[in-house]
Amino acid sequence: MLDFLARRTLGALATLFVVIAAVFFATRLSGNAMDYMLPPGTDLETRQLMIERFGLDQPIWVQFVRFIQGIFGGEWGISLYERRSVVQIYAERIPNTLQLFGYALVLSVALGLPLGMVAALQRKSVVGSAIMTVAFAGYATPNFVLAILMILVFSFNLHWLPSSGDMTPLHFLMPAIVLAAPMLAEIIRFARNALLDVMGQDYLRTARAKGLPERLVIGKHALRNAAIPVVTIVGLQVAGMVARCVLVEAVFATKGVGDLIVFATIGRDYPVLQFGVILIAGLVVITSLVVDVLYAAIDPRVKVTAS
Amino acid sequence: MTDLAAPLTRSADATRPSARRRRPSGLAQLWGKARLPMRIYLALFALVLVISILAPLLAPYDPNAQTLLARLKPPVGLDRASPDHLLGTDQLGRDMLSRTLHGLQLTMVIALVGSFISLIIGVALGVVAGYARGPLGTAIMAIVDIQIAVPFTLIALLVIAVFGNSLPVLIAVIGVAGWETYARVVRAQVLSVSAMPFVEAATAAGASHWRILVKHVLPNVASPIIVVWTMTFSQVILLESSLSFLGLGVQPPTATLGSMVGMGRDYLASSAWIAVVPSLVIMFVSLLVLLIGDWLRDALDVKLK
Repeated sequence: MLDFLARRTLGALATLFVVIAAVFFATRLSGNAMDYMLPPGTDLETRQLMIERFGLDQPIWVQFVRFIQGIFGGEWGISLYERRSVVQIYAERIPNTLQLFGYALVLSVALGLPLGMVAALQRKSVVGSAIMTVAFAGYATPNFVLAILMILVFSFNLHWLPSSGDMTPLHFLMPAIVLAAPMLAEIIRFARNALLDVMGQDYLRTARAKGLPERLVIGKHALRNAAIPVVTIVGLQVAGMVARCVLVEAVFATKGVGDLIVFATIGRDYPVLQFGVILIAGLVVITSLVVDVLYAAIDPRVKVTAS
Repeated sequence: MTDLAAPLTRSADATRPSARRRRPSGLAQLWGKARLPMRIYLALFALVLVISILAPLLAPYDPNAQTLLARLKPPVGLDRASPDHLLGTDQLGRDMLSRTLHGLQLTMVIALVGSFISLIIGVALGVVAGYARGPLGTAIMAIVDIQIAVPFTLIALLVIAVFGNSLPVLIAVIGVAGWETYARVVRAQVLSVSAMPFVEAATAAGASHWRILVKHVLPNVASPIIVVWTMTFSQVILLESSLSFLGLGVQPPTATLGSMVGMGRDYLASSAWIAVVPSLVIMFVSLLVLLIGDWLRDALDVKLK
């Protein structure tokens, strides 16, 4: 267990280091930072002073060490447009993203598990195949296409839901559904397959043979064992969901982290962009580390296969 | 695998040409396995390919030609539609059918070239990691783990911010996006294939590493590679169209399907077809590719971890 824990933590740290290095070298590739930081018309002498002030005349390795020291020392930079600390900007944006994320997660798990169960138990009936068809379609539909179609139907035709913004919880409903759709499809597929796998096991036959009612056979023996792969898929989907979050927020103008990053990319606001990339990568890496460790604590078989 | 036995059959079987003719090729075998719906999907995908190749010939107008007098015409079948423009026109009076056809072509080109790049990178690194093993293999797999751990959209945004948005950058981003799946699958396959007796036999017969790889290992990992390619191709199309949708893809007026949806978003309330037409095309193509990929995985009997 300790060995597994140590190896996973080391891997997570290495990942973070690579991300930070990639961010640093990518932004340095784009030329001297002073070219876009100083207002146009700054005279050469001031420019030279600023370059020395920020250490941009130093060798790149020295700059890299300074960059890392800055990250750990709390110097995270100032937005080139808003002229205030990126930490402040992100602190304003994070609640919206977390809210959206939370809704989507609850929605996909709360709907995905029962639908997957029904699809497994009724796999020969119309209901089962209908669920799987819808899940497949949900998987193939691009996020923004689903978003566009939903806005068209629910905002412009039926006038039920607002098309963009983040004022009320109702504003989060459509983005949450769009964000949840691929994950929902994935959970349905996995829950169904996991349950079908378990249904073929000997211990279920034993449970039925000893006269347990079907309700207990499924509820107590099948579901608990089928839950394990479903937990993994939820953990694995977090990274993908973060990626989709960027798109969904941009479409629905939810003022969250994803929307911020897209605008920072378009406007080349490097301090905002680099902080966002490091922050999100860090959150994703830590989340999957926690999921892995919890998972290993629940299921002893993981440690065997991991080593 | 077959070349050790080949000299024997060649001398024994005098009527080899006819024997070859009797055994159907891989493609024909696959076609034989396909049921009717799948044959329709395959035919439709072939049609999509043909249409995207012939797009400049099929398009009735120049995709970027503006006819301001015929702006925002709906597709035929709706009110005020003009028979000159089957799928209507956009906010600048550009013919939607021509734009969709050209957009489809560009989307397919970007997706094909991009996924081919990631295939080459991934297969090469996967073969090295699986065949050479050692510290180099470990290092490659560490990079694979890192790429899986970090949401790719972030990397894409960073690269686009630094290098600007243009066609080569977009293709490069997509090329880098999917390699780790190939590397992982190919490595696992190479590991199991190189433990097979026929590889041992080839080594004992004095074959070079290069010959073993090309003649014995690669043919045996070909079908997983094909399956991964089809299964990731729809994701590649989605990545391309998502980036273009956000305005981070090719520069206007050149359009891909994704950027057309992105532009049409502003006219959703009044002229929904501008966004809906390319949306439906993207959905159709990615659904087709997904269905074919799923089927191909079963038909070639490939188990992906």
